[in-house]
Amino acid sequence: MDPSTTVIAGKSSLRNLLSVNDLGADGLHEMMRITDFFAEVSARPIPKVPVLRGKTIACAFFENSTRTRLSFEAAAKRLSADTMSFGVSGSSISKGESFKDTIMTIDSLGADAIVVRHPSAGAANQVARWVSKPVVNAGDGSHEHPTQALLDCYTIREALKEKSLSGLRIAVVGDLSHSRVARSNVLAMSAMGAVVTLVAPRTLWPASLDGWPVHEITCDLDPILAHTDLVYLLRLQVERGAGGLLPSLREYTATYGLTARRAAMMPKGALVMHPGPVNRGVEMSSEVAEMPTTLVGHQVANGVLVRMAVLYYLLAGPEGVDAMDVSRDASVLSDAESASLVALDG
Amino acid sequence: MAERERRLVPRGRGVFVPRSQVMSASDVRRALVRMAHEVVERNHGVSELVLVGLQTGGVPLAEQMVAVLEEMEQEPVPLGTLDVAFYRDDVGIRPVVPQAPTSMPCDLAGRSVVLVDDVLFTGRTIRAALNALGDYGRPRAVQLAVVVDRGHRELPIRPDFVGKNLPTRRDEMVDVSEDGVTLGDVVIR
Repeated sequence: MDPSTTVIAGKSSLRNLLSVNDLGADGLHEMMRITDFFAEVSARPIPKVPVLRGKTIACAFFENSTRTRLSFEAAAKRLSADTMSFGVSGSSISKGESFKDTIMTIDSLGADAIVVRHPSAGAANQVARWVSKPVVNAGDGSHEHPTQALLDCYTIREALKEKSLSGLRIAVVGDLSHSRVARSNVLAMSAMGAVVTLVAPRTLWPASLDGWPVHEITCDLDPILAHTDLVYLLRLQVERGAGGLLPSLREYTATYGLTARRAAMMPKGALVMHPGPVNRGVEMSSEVAEMPTTLVGHQVANGVLVRMAVLYYLLAGPEGVDAMDVSRDASVLSDAESASLVALDG
Repeated sequence: MAERERRLVPRGRGVFVPRSQVMSASDVRRALVRMAHEVVERNHGVSELVLVGLQTGGVPLAEQMVAVLEEMEQEPVPLGTLDVAFYRDDVGIRPVVPQAPTSMPCDLAGRSVVLVDDVLFTGRTIRAALNALGDYGRPRAVQLAVVVDRGHRELPIRPDFVGKNLPTRRDEMVDVSEDGVTLGDVVIR
């Protein structure tokens, strides 16, 4: 590892992004603040900055993904980092190479940070124990998906033109038991001040509400719509077995699908979000998907900005690093810069 | 002191001992007025001119200079702000986090840009700023205005408009604030 990475890696207060809880309220706000800078960068004629030049970011996706993977790659490229991409099909996983061996191979190839998506909960935490480089959880089973929560909170903040979500009444609707998006979002939204209500059929409730900072959980969507500023619809995760827990998709749609009729019950200007991919006609109707208050397109666009902020923060050093500690490695700094690294009362 | 210098200093480890005031607030004001005149003279007016203040120390100075220029020439002068964090060459050596917004009022292609900063020291910030400007278009020319040139350049960069040339030792610190310019030492506890 080159010395510059060690300096930052050793001092970084946020080594990895595995869970929204790694950030806390202050970290979330700081990440939003940094994302604003990348929003400006992305609006330029040349939307690219040289800040991570020479760094390599590995995207190790052990589970299919379009938007998350493309958005991490786009983010890395706009920061001038190189990317290595790994997908399960076409890799040596199909020859029987283990998860650990695959990760160690990526590590040996010289990745400076590893972005991991895996169908098992805790996979990213495991990777963080194996390698000494920053690890970003891009979704681990039904556990967490922290960058999705960041981009959703950033999108809400942008739509409201406010810095916090204080007092915002949010309903998170759908497949709570399988959704990593739900868990990460509830943690982040609550930390930023929102009041969250969970809505799902009883069979899709999480096993326990421990660690879910929510206002209430209910089976009925219609009665709460009039008091909801934002409806966050979750995708029905048929591939994780949600289908078996419902009498039928049609019945789910009849009770929980956001139709134009239900959207009309919400306060004027209320927002609708969905992490994608949207099953039109299941979680929301086509009319709702096309409403101007439906932010799905913004969510995707902001995904790149937020992931730029995360990669930048993990690799280029957070605020609050003790400059004195850094100065011990000051041989790489010029004389004048070292000289200015002296103590002073803030 | 220059905000970027201040950020290199850890909290609670020492004290800044001001030794002498080098410029009073009105001296700084007079220097800015003179530099504004020089800018107009050099550029034959202010049309096609853009002032860009470097975050954070250069921005209030650029604002003042724009006010002087507009008063003088009775013509609006666009003002941009630039945070060079993403272009620094010490990324990975110490934490580099942007402090304040970057905004460009217009496309820079074909315009003359005057970069405004408080203190010119090693020249590394200006090098980063030049790279950043290139991403906003191709300016016809870039000029540099600083209130204090304290020497110790590490790159082939020189200012076009200088408030005061101030010979310093490398370990001294130059503080530019609303109260003027102060030269001082840092004493480690």
